[in-house]
Amino acid sequence: MTTKFEVNGKQVEVDVEPRLTLADCLRQNLRLTGTHIGCEHGVCGACTVLVNGDAVRSCLMLAVQADGAKVVTVEGLSNDADLTPLQKSFRKHHALQCGFCTPGFITTAHALLTEEPDCDADRVREVLSGNICRCTGYISIVEAVLDARSAYKKDGAR
Amino acid sequence: MKNTFIGAPMERREDLRFLRGKGTYVDDLAPEGLLYAVILRSSVAHGRIRSIDASAALKIEGVHSVITARDMPDGPPIIPMRLQPLPEFKPFEQPVIAHDKVRYVGEPLAVVLASSVAIGEDTLEHIAVEIDDLPAFSEWQVAAQNKSLLFEQAGTNRSLTFYSRKGDADAAFAKAPYARKEKLNTGRHYGLTMEPRGVMAEWDAGKGRLTISGAAKVPFFNRRILAKQIGLPESAIEMIENDVGGGYGARGEFYPEDFLIPFAARHVNRPVKWIEDRRENLMAMNHARETEAHIEIACERDGTIIGLRGDVHTDMGAYMRTNGAVGARNVVQFMGGPYRVPHVKLDSHLWMSNKTPVGTYRGPGRFESSFYIERLLDMVAGDLGIDRIEMRRRNLVTAAEQPYPIASVQPTDAHDQYDSGEYSEAMNRALKEFNWAEKSKFAGKLIDGKYHGLGIACFVEGGAAGPKESARLEVNGDGTITVFMGSSAVGQGVETVFAQIAADALEIPMDRIRHVYHGSTTTVSDGYGAYHSRSIVMGGSALLDATEKFQAAIREAGAKKLGCRPDEVKIGEDTVSGGGKSFPLAELAGLTAEGAFLNKKHTYSYGTHIAHVTVDAKLGQVQILDYVVVQDVGRAINPLTLRGQIIGSLVQGLGGAMLEHLQYDEQGQFLTGSLADYLLPTATDFPNLRCFVTDDYPSPINPLGAKGAGEGGIVAAGGVMANAVANALSSFGAQPRRLPLSPSYIWELVQAGSRQAAE
Repeated sequence: MTTKFEVNGKQVEVDVEPRLTLADCLRQNLRLTGTHIGCEHGVCGACTVLVNGDAVRSCLMLAVQADGAKVVTVEGLSNDADLTPLQKSFRKHHALQCGFCTPGFITTAHALLTEEPDCDADRVREVLSGNICRCTGYISIVEAVLDARSAYKKDGAR
Repeated sequence: MKNTFIGAPMERREDLRFLRGKGTYVDDLAPEGLLYAVILRSSVAHGRIRSIDASAALKIEGVHSVITARDMPDGPPIIPMRLQPLPEFKPFEQPVIAHDKVRYVGEPLAVVLASSVAIGEDTLEHIAVEIDDLPAFSEWQVAAQNKSLLFEQAGTNRSLTFYSRKGDADAAFAKAPYARKEKLNTGRHYGLTMEPRGVMAEWDAGKGRLTISGAAKVPFFNRRILAKQIGLPESAIEMIENDVGGGYGARGEFYPEDFLIPFAARHVNRPVKWIEDRRENLMAMNHARETEAHIEIACERDGTIIGLRGDVHTDMGAYMRTNGAVGARNVVQFMGGPYRVPHVKLDSHLWMSNKTPVGTYRGPGRFESSFYIERLLDMVAGDLGIDRIEMRRRNLVTAAEQPYPIASVQPTDAHDQYDSGEYSEAMNRALKEFNWAEKSKFAGKLIDGKYHGLGIACFVEGGAAGPKESARLEVNGDGTITVFMGSSAVGQGVETVFAQIAADALEIPMDRIRHVYHGSTTTVSDGYGAYHSRSIVMGGSALLDATEKFQAAIREAGAKKLGCRPDEVKIGEDTVSGGGKSFPLAELAGLTAEGAFLNKKHTYSYGTHIAHVTVDAKLGQVQILDYVVVQDVGRAINPLTLRGQIIGSLVQGLGGAMLEHLQYDEQGQFLTGSLADYLLPTATDFPNLRCFVTDDYPSPINPLGAKGAGEGGIVAAGGVMANAVANALSSFGAQPRRLPLSPSYIWELVQAGSRQAAE
């Protein structure tokens, strides 16, 4: 089937099997390999992308379900010139080691801070509890997200 | 300039690509003409294979071929042991694919090559497999009856017994005024990596060359195995280390797929990629940790340890894999932990069972033995009426006793000694940071419906496995420098820490170190990899040697160009000067020097964990209110990444202490095949963790003074949590004797205590 949607600001049209997941479509058809696949059953959160602003597990969604949607991946939250404030905060707090779960944490944290720039530590932990990291033990990730809040407040620079 | 990058919390170079989603993991590779491999795995735990018929499968559109043992005319190769390669283990080693029998659920039976993963997965059910069931078992007690044998020709299910000995334990126990015997168990865990395993192989028929992507941990060793198995010279095989999504001891060992995928690529003359899915990962990656100890401790009345004796039984699963014996050896070699134990007589029995084979997982044998000794110390302290802290203080090894010899192990003839440290200093620091004196008021108290408990455990962590590591530096065309390392990256940040060490030694800014290459057989001539907390100690020391030789080579070459003596040559940031003249370093482009570090001794970092927990006696739930780790690492290279190692390994340890267990039924059926069944820690589970690093006692056995630091967080987590829960539930007389401390187990302990009180 043909399906059309927007990825990182660009319109794409892909011809896919109905059973293809959005995660596989992004990685294989669109070669956006920053989205990682860690479990394919919706537990680990490594494949999290933004669909119309919501953090979504792209392994639990079919590519054809994204028809007409705006999809943003970790590549869409990045630029070559500089790290974003959220990425800088992750680096400063050493909130990543092997980097495999990191794109899912970046997309999840971005969605949270966009909606709730005033969230507290408990709320950050609650939201991030849907993403599994095996390297860091989470403490530094929570610190990094809390430290990035200022960049998401209305007067702060994104 | 005099640099101090060593010891500074430098942000990581690797992060720049990982944070942008620009890392390159093996599944990100997709060359032209790629075929996807999907593996048919046994659903039978123990049986004799009658037939495998793929004729229906081959008719499916998109299926290229199906490979079985019959495609290997000389029979499937056997995977040799990498560590402790004893002749006794030979009969128990794993063939790369099942051919006569299957021995665990998940064992490879056939490899489907298809134009997509989905078609390959669809095909699995069209392969007709006939297996005659044999009696299967999943407990070492059944294995020990030797009624049903995994390997008939071996005549036993016991692959080996390790004997750990020191002093004369039986004589010492005969005279001891006090002894206590316990049965204690640890659960079955594994080093689950967030990136499942993956192998991609490309065969160049014209040149007769294999290129393998997805290599990790020990690429050079694995190349040696593969070259022999597949009948190629090592020089015809390239192992490429891509970005690696976690190692923890489990990833990068030689697994069946490390032969099957290269074999398939050559067989069909197409690139072939296999990426493990999570269900496969749970049943195919090395398991670890499942041990049962029947152990006795003897002490003086003042709590001074006299000796340890007894038996430990390890469930090895169905085959002896590359490093499968390490945990079973360590558990008896390091049972004494950081404590002075004059007499040791411990036997470690390795039992084969119809489960996924065992390998190492971060802190192999140390996590288990720490749980055992720390539980015993608290029970002894209770029996003898000694304060728990005092009990430990009396027995911790002192600096004056270093190097302190520990028990030797046969038949591997392992003799070892701790290297340096005053172990009680780490405990004192932990007590102070934790504020033990104040918090001990809560011990055992019921406050707002929850019981409070404190737990303490001290540990050592081994590092620096030999025999060697190598490093090389080279001047680039633009005058920057590239570092080549034999060490491997598994996410720990070696590109950054090696740049720190090199820049410090060369007294140049870090950005003059353009690249740090590692692991791949294409970029370095030799390497020993990443395991046993060895990268910094071994790789870092090799790098120091290489920088000295590199500087000497520059002086030599500079002297010729400048017309002065080599000792008059000064090496600047990007210039070389002497005799009143200078030239750009770039003019020496291509100049290179290699160094190495050879070592037979081990480093031992050490420390203390303390936890304050609450236990809900009705729900069996445990919460950590505060947790402190103090670890002396000899020399801290990067405090930022070091903290990451300690907290990260601690949470893995807490997973093993509280949540993780790979469950089988009695017939060897695997019951925990998803992340909804195998529970991992998440961000809400353990929020209150603190760590403090000291480097007061450098290691005397390497020029950096560094000790390994990747495992200290995990080692003591089981013991400290069990001790804290025991302390919280002391009014019930609860003594946790197994891990994980699941809600149901804690509830059982509470119920048993309540019943006893009522009787």
